[in-house]
Amino acid sequence: MLGPSLGMSAWALVTGVAMVKAGLPVPVAVAMTLFVYAGSAQLAALPLLAAGAPLWVILTTAFCVNLRFVIFSAQWRKYFGHRPRWQRLLLGYLAVDLNYVLFVRRFPKPKPAPEQWPYFWGGIVWNWLSWQAPSLLGIALADRIPTEWGLGFAGVLALLGVAYSLLAGRKTWVAGGVAAIAAVAAFGFPLKLNIVVAIAAGVAVGMVLDRWIPDAKAEPST
Amino acid sequence: MTTAQLVIAIIGMTVVSVITRGFFLMSNRELPLPHWLMQGLRYAPLAALVAAIAPEIVMTNGVLIDTWRDARLFAVAVGSAYFVWRRDILGMILAGVAVLLALRLGLGW
Repeated sequence: MLGPSLGMSAWALVTGVAMVKAGLPVPVAVAMTLFVYAGSAQLAALPLLAAGAPLWVILTTAFCVNLRFVIFSAQWRKYFGHRPRWQRLLLGYLAVDLNYVLFVRRFPKPKPAPEQWPYFWGGIVWNWLSWQAPSLLGIALADRIPTEWGLGFAGVLALLGVAYSLLAGRKTWVAGGVAAIAAVAAFGFPLKLNIVVAIAAGVAVGMVLDRWIPDAKAEPST
Repeated sequence: MTTAQLVIAIIGMTVVSVITRGFFLMSNRELPLPHWLMQGLRYAPLAALVAAIAPEIVMTNGVLIDTWRDARLFAVAVGSAYFVWRRDILGMILAGVAVLLALRLGLGW
């Protein structure tokens, strides 16, 4: 757990710096890291917040970036579906990518077992701390770093890395490329609608390609 | 944006975190995973991420850059090469930022 959470801590530091460099007041940045607790969605929302995009565009973007969690939640249900609703929602909210990956690796059989509860909460607490501490540190240090250095760009590089790790086969390359071109080409649209246009274009192209070129092997069902 | 608008945006994004992470945990009955969601999931996060970052890399003040002497392009190129080599996001950020700082502070790009 130490290796991956070290990488995540560095990313949290970058996110903390990027939030302040994008112009968020410090208390707002602190609230964002503590409550939203979703690095990719936060970084993706920063240029939109800076440009004064309408709320629904910001939330649509955050929702799309977070869509992977919807699938995770279906999986969590197999382990914790018997718990009361408030516990389910709390554990779902606190469980991020790394928790999911490690938990599913440790408990491949999707069935409840008593030893899962302490394992789950150990991972959750550890992950929360190793995200929030460096993120707050980044917020605190951001003002000491000159803006001209362009360190907010580290956030762009982090998102680019996440995007690369989502590429799986030519169809995703095409869909991603179309989304990138659409986002730039439609940049002049009001209300930052270029983001929505680009998401729609990328998903549409991907789904059309799925229809034209079926996968060689069946998708693994989650 | 005013502070009030920012606070509303953060409340909204918090709700998005809760809804997406708890999506299939909310109902007391088991819901089947719809097919369109599986399909959209494959492309929507990628499209959203790429849409957010592409303008940050190739545009300045809302205009496509017309010079190759832009530190960001080299930072992305070197970072991407590092990622292809090692598949490591942390190293990619460090390599990209190192190039960015060298070109910004050294050559003023």
